[in-house]
Amino acid sequence: MAQMTYRQALNQAMREEMQRDPDVYLIGEDVGEYEGAYKVSEGLLQEFGPKRVIDTPISEEAIAGAGIGSAMVGLRPIVEMMTINFALLAMDQIVNHAAKLRYMSGGQLKIPLVLRAPQGAGMQLGAQHSQNLESWFLHVPGLKVVAPSTPYDAKGLLKSSIRDDNPVIFFEHELLYGVKGEVPEEDYSVPLGVAEVRRAGSDVTIVSYLRMVNIALGAAKALESQGVEAEVIDLRTLKPMDLDTLVGSLKKTHRLVVVEEDYKTCGTGSEIVASLQKEAFDYLDAPMERVATAEVPMPYAKNLERAALPSEQSVIDAVYRTLARETYQLTRV
Amino acid sequence: MDKQEKIEMYRQMVLIRKFEDKAGEMYMQGKIGGFLHLYIGQEAVAVGFISALRPDDYVIGAYREHGQALARGADPKRVMAELFGRSTGLSRGKGGSMHMFDLEHNFLGGHGIVGGGMPLAAGMGLAVNYRETDQVVTCFFGDGAVNEGAFHESLNLVSLWNLPVIYVCENNQYGMGTAVARASSLPEIFRRAQCYDLDTESVDGMDVLACRDAADRAIRRARKEKAPRFIEAVTYRYRGHSMADPGTYRTKEEIEEWRTKDPIERFRQSLEGTLTAEDAQRIEEEMNSVIAEAVEFADKSEELPAEALYEDVYA
Repeated sequence: MAQMTYRQALNQAMREEMQRDPDVYLIGEDVGEYEGAYKVSEGLLQEFGPKRVIDTPISEEAIAGAGIGSAMVGLRPIVEMMTINFALLAMDQIVNHAAKLRYMSGGQLKIPLVLRAPQGAGMQLGAQHSQNLESWFLHVPGLKVVAPSTPYDAKGLLKSSIRDDNPVIFFEHELLYGVKGEVPEEDYSVPLGVAEVRRAGSDVTIVSYLRMVNIALGAAKALESQGVEAEVIDLRTLKPMDLDTLVGSLKKTHRLVVVEEDYKTCGTGSEIVASLQKEAFDYLDAPMERVATAEVPMPYAKNLERAALPSEQSVIDAVYRTLARETYQLTRV
Repeated sequence: MDKQEKIEMYRQMVLIRKFEDKAGEMYMQGKIGGFLHLYIGQEAVAVGFISALRPDDYVIGAYREHGQALARGADPKRVMAELFGRSTGLSRGKGGSMHMFDLEHNFLGGHGIVGGGMPLAAGMGLAVNYRETDQVVTCFFGDGAVNEGAFHESLNLVSLWNLPVIYVCENNQYGMGTAVARASSLPEIFRRAQCYDLDTESVDGMDVLACRDAADRAIRRARKEKAPRFIEAVTYRYRGHSMADPGTYRTKEEIEEWRTKDPIERFRQSLEGTLTAEDAQRIEEEMNSVIAEAVEFADKSEELPAEALYEDVYA
């Protein structure tokens, strides 16, 4: 297997899907000549030309709408929002149009569209460029929501998203683009709606997605040294959500910690916990815990930004709360 | 345009007028729920512009779109059944008055957010160029839409990228209860589009042949040269914004004044010699029975079973 970055894996997925299907095209701000604000579309303009790699003006509502309109008549657009923060300008098109057109037309239309957007904090970009907005989209019937944490999943899930006949909101994390991992040479895809157990364990289940999976894995490693075996589940797709895998894990561990980079209030974790108190009530031995970002607009200052975000220590603390044990302090930072 | 085509246009205008009259009546009887935005007074715009299109062209409207769906060839039975919320409706009763879709006739909605259809139309134009075909996209919306960001973003895109999109703004003088002069810094709507370097014009939206001429010109340019166009059709709705409209923002005299320019009556008069009194009478009767059949069909149609609630969310 080849080693490549998350960014390269996404690039390969788009390249291969565009080679496979002439109806697939990429549209967005600076996706062509600039090769993407995060260089995800490197080389695509050169290979596919300006008809299939379309640079747009800074007009998020029209970019999303144009993608949706083209999907209404049979194309399969990949719409890149430079960051999810800017997608707020396109919410009418995404929520009122893309998500509802199939239903409102009584099943006549399908909208095979992928809206890709990086999100997340950790680079001192301040309040307007550091948000995690997945729960806004989770709330809307008609959308699917995908959030890969590894290069392997980034490629496999993007391929499945492009081949899906529904509007898929595909979250990428700004701090994952440079992360390397193994990606097979041969064609493969990862099905939507299937979680992955990243690390097996018997004492507690830590569920996460996107960059927070790495925080969860780091915490699990530290916990191992203290004799606590944590199972780490990467959701990979947030909607539809693979509750079966979570319930299966809880049957074994009886304890749950959700780690998410969005806010607690009406966040992804709220939905996970609410679903599991119904589906897994009898297996729980402790109140479910949630680790999330502090409920403030993201500050610029490095120390404050770090304080706002979930850390391995905050995950460890939550795990110990589920075990009703005194927590222990990580010595490394 | 030959005689038959003109008579067909007249027939469609009468169909829309009678359909909408009946829909209003059915609403008052409680057969139709939700919002109901009637097209009465604006028939010349839909018929003038849509009659000039080919079947493979795309049409997209806003929420006052029954007339456009009918002009595009949607079955009046299925339009009425949609209003009744029945399974035989165009959108299986899941859309309602504001969300008519008829893919068989390339009628792509039915959109309830002001200006929301404009970026979608740009995307359809993009798809036409992508596939290197020569269809055109005709997009209808009201005067209220010109104050939305979507209007400006869309006009910039179609002009920048030479998309074969014809934007038809039906200026019926009011965005719900707010007169154009109270909402638009330029009351001549077509001037709002001029800074995007595309063809613009204003046309008498109470004159079906003037609309048809404007459509023919626009379509020729869009099909051959990929030139988009913005057309303001100056028109008037006789009825309220919706059935819930108390109408306090305009006078009876104003409505009467516009009624003297009635597009159907005017067209009938201009067709004297082509359309005889007997022809007109016959069309009148035919349309009465088409509407009666539509109501009967809608009324007798089944509702969707409750299990269908979760169908059509995902493909």
